[in-house]
Amino acid sequence: MPLNKTSKPKLAVWKFASCDGCQLSLLDCEDALLAIADKIVIASFPEASREIIKGPYEISLVEGSITSAHDAERIHKIRRMSKTLITIGACATSGGIQALKNFKDVNDFINIVYAKPDYISSLKNSTPIAEHVKVDFELRGCPINKLALVEVCNAYLNRRKPNIPTHSVCIECKRRGNICVMVSKGIPCLGPVTHAGCDAICPAYNRGCYSCFGPSEDPNVKSLSNQFEEMGMSKDELIRIYRGINANAEEFKNESIFHEQK
Amino acid sequence: MSKVKITKGTKYVVGVDAIESILTSLKEQNYKTIGPTIRDEVIIYDELDNISELPIGITDVHESGSYRLIERADKALFGYNVGPFSFKKYLFPPRLTILKTKRVDGKISIIRKDEHLDKLAFFGVKPCELQAILIQDKIFIDGEYVDNYYKKQRDALFIVTTNCTEAGSSCFCTSTDSGPEAKSGFDLAITEMIIDNDHSFLIEAGSKSGLKVLKELDIKKASADLINIEIQKLDSAKNNMGRKLNTTNLKDLLLENLNHPHWEDIAKRCTSCGNCTMVCPTCFCSNIEDVTSLDGVENERVRSWDSCFSMEYSYIHGGAVRASIKSRYRQWMTHKLASWQEQFDTLGCVGCGRCIVWCQVGIDITKETQTIQKQVTAQAEQLAEVEN
Repeated sequence: MPLNKTSKPKLAVWKFASCDGCQLSLLDCEDALLAIADKIVIASFPEASREIIKGPYEISLVEGSITSAHDAERIHKIRRMSKTLITIGACATSGGIQALKNFKDVNDFINIVYAKPDYISSLKNSTPIAEHVKVDFELRGCPINKLALVEVCNAYLNRRKPNIPTHSVCIECKRRGNICVMVSKGIPCLGPVTHAGCDAICPAYNRGCYSCFGPSEDPNVKSLSNQFEEMGMSKDELIRIYRGINANAEEFKNESIFHEQK
Repeated sequence: MSKVKITKGTKYVVGVDAIESILTSLKEQNYKTIGPTIRDEVIIYDELDNISELPIGITDVHESGSYRLIERADKALFGYNVGPFSFKKYLFPPRLTILKTKRVDGKISIIRKDEHLDKLAFFGVKPCELQAILIQDKIFIDGEYVDNYYKKQRDALFIVTTNCTEAGSSCFCTSTDSGPEAKSGFDLAITEMIIDNDHSFLIEAGSKSGLKVLKELDIKKASADLINIEIQKLDSAKNNMGRKLNTTNLKDLLLENLNHPHWEDIAKRCTSCGNCTMVCPTCFCSNIEDVTSLDGVENERVRSWDSCFSMEYSYIHGGAVRASIKSRYRQWMTHKLASWQEQFDTLGCVGCGRCIVWCQVGIDITKETQTIQKQVTAQAEQLAEVEN
């Protein structure tokens, strides 16, 4: 049943370590955003408006990963004032591209990049929100698919489960009528182990998938690596293919470390 | 117009021009003609305007997990085996809205609108593909619950079959009794005959509508010699199947060995991506989702292809019934080769080899079956020896 019209739920958008791209996809929803704004009060969304309505909030959309002690505390405050907390994007759901630092000593980077390294206070690892607080729903992608975001809001408003599949990219690739780039052209593709959601955009343009959406529900990464090796992929390439946007996702992290230590 | 008396089931001979004439004739009868053409270095099925769009002089080379096109020595129109997509997508679309509803004054009403469907003609249907359509007929229209969309398309469908005179390295239609020659179910059946520099086609009608098209062509009755050559060519295809599947007692063998250690071995290789089910011309699993408008007033019920390799597919309260890759692969293979027989009185496999070719890690249903068969037979023999 739709919600009672008199009690519009309040929505807040929060940013942690991220590029802002995912919350921008909310603005990118255009007409759908107007329809959402008709049903939901966009109470706190600094990217869109300076006007901020105080919490608590029915829905919090959280973008970005936790990379500082300050943020590790802030996320708990947000959790406390949110009825439903939804993480959006690869940073929030796996740690993002900045989680590449997890595989090295972060101080080495800080010393190279900043003139005054002492001013920088950063945690050793970049971690997903779910490692810190309970998350009600994770929306994957780098960036997220704006239609998926509308679907999640829609499902919330209509009190139903969001139609967000967790299977492989291959299934949406075939539904779309793409030709498998790995079989027909020998291009390495992470599609078989990647969470659906992008509508197989890269294979549609004859590129292999590089897993913006992270691991699928039950990925057999080991088998795909064996196939990549047979196709002639080097150890370095194998490490790199898993160390992308979702490098810190459990299955990808373990696989890249496995090849590094081999 | 031909002066020869044309009858069903008799073989006639025509030239390359007649193939164009068939296409034109079907178009004049308002059929949307779908057939093989090349896209992105692969032979797919798409709308055909003329025969120059066919993969002329091209063939496909298949291996486990690999597909490439190469040039042929001749200018054959149908000298390939099968590409990634079957004709399934036209009768059982990857995504289809099956119901629209609207909430008016708190009541939900169904929005009924008869949508126009194009009359389809499938051009260049390989015998294994035809068999797959006949199997899907059993699923979608022969049972108690009829799929309206499928039935509508199917009732108006015109099928031009092309028999295979060459088998691919991943083909095993002789094992599944679905080729290389189509026996029934077609409107027209063609065998391409290239003998030295002579390029002709043997053609026969399998239905009234086929006969109607045939009567418009400039044809003559095929000579006994030519029919003999056709038999030789078909035999050569039969004898050169790249794969084999021993179906004797296969149902019992698989169902009696659900805990065979080889399932575990397959699970180590299977990525559970679902590609084999997507490319399979008989797989028919689907998911149904309700897509509501934000205000909850309008709703569309959408059916889309799904796969038994997805965990969500077997999700019920509390979790997925088939939580491991092992159980999902076993479910797929035993359904295709064993329980399908109980369900639909036929194998679920037509020997097209797509699941072998389009599995990017190269899992081969024929080899996996053979491994289980061999190990079970060896075990039984060992046991018999001990008992003796």
